[in-house]
Amino acid sequence: MTLARLLSLESWKRWLWSFVRLTLIIGLSFVILYPILQKISTAIKDKKDLYSPIVVWIPEHYSWDNFMQVINIMDYWTTLGNTFALSSMTTVLTAASCALAGYGFARLKFKGSGILFAGVILTILVPPTTILIPIYLNLKDFTLMGIIPLLTGKPLNLLNTYWPFILTSLTANSLKAGLYIFIFRQFFRGIPKEVEEAAYIDGAGIGTTFARIMLPNAVPSIVTVTLFSFVWQWNDSFFTTTYLTSSKVMSTQLASLPHNLSVQLQDGVNSKADPFYLSMVQDTGILMAILPLIVIYLFVQRYFVESIERTGIVG
Amino acid sequence: MMRTWMKLGLKPRTYAQQKALWGFIYVLPWLLGFVFFFFIPLLSSLRYSLSSISANAQGMTIEFIGFANYLEALTVNTSFNRVLTESIVNMVVNVPIIVIFSLFLAVLLNQKFFGRAVARSIFFLPVILASGIIMTLESTSLIQAVNDQNAGSGALNALGSFELEYMMLEAGVSETVVNYLTGAVDRIYQIVSQSGVQILIFLAGIQTISPQLYEAAKMEGATGYEAFWKITFPMVSPLILVNVIYTIIDSFSRNALTDLIRETGFTQFNFGLSSAMAWIYFLAIAVILAISTYFISKRVFYYD
Repeated sequence: MTLARLLSLESWKRWLWSFVRLTLIIGLSFVILYPILQKISTAIKDKKDLYSPIVVWIPEHYSWDNFMQVINIMDYWTTLGNTFALSSMTTVLTAASCALAGYGFARLKFKGSGILFAGVILTILVPPTTILIPIYLNLKDFTLMGIIPLLTGKPLNLLNTYWPFILTSLTANSLKAGLYIFIFRQFFRGIPKEVEEAAYIDGAGIGTTFARIMLPNAVPSIVTVTLFSFVWQWNDSFFTTTYLTSSKVMSTQLASLPHNLSVQLQDGVNSKADPFYLSMVQDTGILMAILPLIVIYLFVQRYFVESIERTGIVG
Repeated sequence: MMRTWMKLGLKPRTYAQQKALWGFIYVLPWLLGFVFFFFIPLLSSLRYSLSSISANAQGMTIEFIGFANYLEALTVNTSFNRVLTESIVNMVVNVPIIVIFSLFLAVLLNQKFFGRAVARSIFFLPVILASGIIMTLESTSLIQAVNDQNAGSGALNALGSFELEYMMLEAGVSETVVNYLTGAVDRIYQIVSQSGVQILIFLAGIQTISPQLYEAAKMEGATGYEAFWKITFPMVSPLILVNVIYTIIDSFSRNALTDLIRETGFTQFNFGLSSAMAWIYFLAIAVILAISTYFISKRVFYYD
């Protein structure tokens, strides 16, 4: 009798909890999705619907006009290609160099590697703003310790090329690379030592062990690092707008979209452009900039969410 | 392998020596980058911050002027002090909210319920979307602002606030904390969009806790809340430290101070002042990191 009542109370509590949980999750999901839905709804609206009081979500007149404007102003396809090339290039190079460094720090200890790893932590902790100006000046007159002026007579200007990205990602010092080294190190530390020793006894050198045994095991952390690195490079405005001022990549094009737009619409007199319409096209621009990322995410998300749980972030 | 070493006239190395050698080779690319793209720039930035820099036909002249730039940043510059305090206060207010919120969501997303996979992929979406330029542009979007006013986002927030308050009170959290959290609710989108990575880290941590612990606790008659406070919370406490540090670092990329430093450097071409500002900022962050690490690590529980 008492047991039955207790049971029913328990189950009542459980039902209440699932209900509350469901509400909470749906509510928060809505908060996350809201800006995206908002942008989609704005992007497919016609200019006529902007001031219509009856249009909230679903437009009365559909139009592709906003997309056309954005494709035209941002030079979308070229920009998309450039951004894709830049992001994938830095991603591949960063993942490779960070995996090497992470394995070196995790398993191949040498004198002073502890101190060097403290250096990795330092690169994570120092705000990139602090070193931005010297790096900028350095890249503007790139000398490679005085070697290049000896060969060509003058220093190279690497700004507005992809070289800053190639060089920093090749040497594992690109955007947030310290974090990736940390992830890889934690992961490799979690693989049992016996695996490595068995490989050595069977005649594998250190390079072979790394390439044939460690890397295939490290797929979860590779996926994590690749996705982070790709996405953050894609969205990055900090380094990209500093290194590349006139190249057409997504973040610089997005940053200058409002300006270009008002120039285009009003032949340079930007005071008369309707701010609502500008904002509408800008929203479409943002939507189109993140659209490729969302498409990629839809394909890899299952893998990503699973793999992050087996990654070494947790240590 | 051995024979090649012999042929080259080198004495055969032990496994440990080989490992050390290869370790150095593996780390070498990073080391080069560290020296050229981090350490030397860091030192020059320190030097610039102590000098007055002027560009002329011969290039740049750098003249040592001591702490004048620091004094200028702190006393003469009109906006630096204000922006610095604002950024730091914002950060200090947001960090606890983000960490608590993401731990809560991680616990929630770890439970079994219908549609969990979908919910997870939605909650990790901000990892992808909320960074860099998009955030900046979004905050200036006029349509967004007007629609927020009209489309009853107030009702949405009130709902979120009510549920959160209820949840938290039921989970045994004290009322001050609840008030603090509900105060954060008008910034719910900001909070949610900044906690993607933190949720991931906590979720990964929760999944490494062995299920036996929960089973044993259940046998002894522990309720879900007790299990959370006595098992989950201590087991993920090292990750709280990780997440606090990550949240602080993550705030670098999206605050007004970064913009001010950039503007001083690249629009006004006052490299000395800009470097001095950046160093003050870095030192402030370092102090905050040191204090929070000290206090949290005293309470962290390590299961070994």
